Amino acid sequence: MARMKFLCDADRCIECNACVTACKNENEVPWGINRRRVVTINDGKPGERSVSMACMHCTDAPCQAVCPTKAIYTTADGVVLHSKDLCIGCGYCFYACPFGAPQYPQVSNFGSRGKMDKCTYCAGGPEADGSKEEYEKYGANRLAEGKLPLCAEMCSTKSLLAGDGEVVADIYKERVATRGYGSGAWGWSTAYRETVES
Amino acid sequence: MTRFLLRARSAAGAFALLACVLACFFLACAASAPPASAQLRNPDTSVNPTASSVNERQLLEQMRIISGRGTIPDVRSYNIVQPAGREWRRFKEVTLRWVGGIAILGMLGLLVAFYLIRGMVRIEAGRSGRTLVRFNGFERFVHWMTATCFVVLALSGLNITFGNELLMPLVGAEGFASWSQWAKYAHNYLSFPFTLGVIVIFLMWVAWNIPGRLDVEWLKEGGGLIGNKHPPAPRFNAGQKMIYWVVIVGGTAVAATGYLLMFPFYVTDIAGMQLAQMVHSTVAVLFIAVMIAHAYIGTIGMQGAFEAMWDGKVDVNWAKQHHSAWLAEETAKQHASSPSQGRMAPAE
Repeated sequence: MARMKFLCDADRCIECNACVTACKNENEVPWGINRRRVVTINDGKPGERSVSMACMHCTDAPCQAVCPTKAIYTTADGVVLHSKDLCIGCGYCFYACPFGAPQYPQVSNFGSRGKMDKCTYCAGGPEADGSKEEYEKYGANRLAEGKLPLCAEMCSTKSLLAGDGEVVADIYKERVATRGYGSGAWGWSTAYRETVES
Repeated sequence: MTRFLLRARSAAGAFALLACVLACFFLACAASAPPASAQLRNPDTSVNPTASSVNERQLLEQMRIISGRGTIPDVRSYNIVQPAGREWRRFKEVTLRWVGGIAILGMLGLLVAFYLIRGMVRIEAGRSGRTLVRFNGFERFVHWMTATCFVVLALSGLNITFGNELLMPLVGAEGFASWSQWAKYAHNYLSFPFTLGVIVIFLMWVAWNIPGRLDVEWLKEGGGLIGNKHPPAPRFNAGQKMIYWVVIVGGTAVAATGYLLMFPFYVTDIAGMQLAQMVHSTVAVLFIAVMIAHAYIGTIGMQGAFEAMWDGKVDVNWAKQHHSAWLAEETAKQHASSPSQGRMAPAE
């Protein structure tokens, strides 16, 4: 079984935000929620880098561990998914998440949270693959169709890679060896407890 | 206009020719150089485009949260890596469960042991049949409003920490989720009357809860709980004063941190939210443990105590035994105001 991961090669990211737009469109993400975003570090200074970040689908996911209703689960592919039927919107997954991935629609005044929404690795949710209910709650299930997440698929510089962890790590290692530098596989040490040598 | 275009065309042609010549020159150079792959494997180190670039490992060593500039309105999304989430998770999963489990089960164990050894603290002289007003209607209303809210808040709060291990296996995932959803609403909304109750309790009883000389003696004598002595006490003894201040300080702490959690990110960032949750839950489980002891001594732990808060009156002999200084004060007050007819009324 493949172990799916994201890898953002920050030395290639040009902050075009196409991944953000692709994600919103493909999954019909509700207004005010961004499952993926691009953050620029040291903006305007020498050595600035942009990183596209979303749920990293952690190994031993902290969100899953702290969820009071056990709404979050990890699939056989290593994708971290959740059930909006079980979620009570307590906000704990956001406190535990190292990447700020969980998002909550505001359902009333005072910042009261609705059902959590986050990147599904374009793999839907607990409902039947490709069903209408699944699409309405979680968006597309591209993985079930044999496709990878759209953000990575349409990345113009192939900065954002998605796929089996070993394959994307090999691609990144090859790049680093070829060009002679790399600012690291962002988030990997925190998400997967491993780094790709750079 | 036409002349200008013609000139531009010839200029473009010249550039194209130059480009071709240059390309040929570079190709010739490349042919004499080592194989391309080997050259790329050993890049020219004189030019390093990442010499000043940010590196994740270095940033993580320097700061707890890596953040930058984003392009969406949600400023929380500008943090890209915050490993502190892992630490908070350990607190929620391990530390809090141990602290809460030991505090609450430990307190229950202590009380059971105490009850088995000491039993109910009885009114030694028996009931006198005469009663005395201890808490008026307003005091009792505030007490029970706060207490009811506290019980619901405590159960719905413990549900968040322990529910998925203790209750979820019994009621199933869907049942537990819908119960937890309602528990969350109750927790949020009952926080308002609870906070009001804590404020009013502070104002209405603070005058009798300032530590005094009698408290030292009361504590030295073990409060009459250990041994059979009954040290004199005013309206509230040192133990009750401690309960009072636990309610005031603990209540303020849980209310303040609770509102931070309820209005997420209004005043604080992710680190502040994690800290608020840690303070809120730790104080809450200790608060619950203390309130269990309070409920014990107010009910099965002491004869004649519950009626003080239920119908507001206590037996005179109970007052003599537990709050002799208060009884003396009340008696003196009554004699002063109406010497002929005291407020002491015979029991029906």
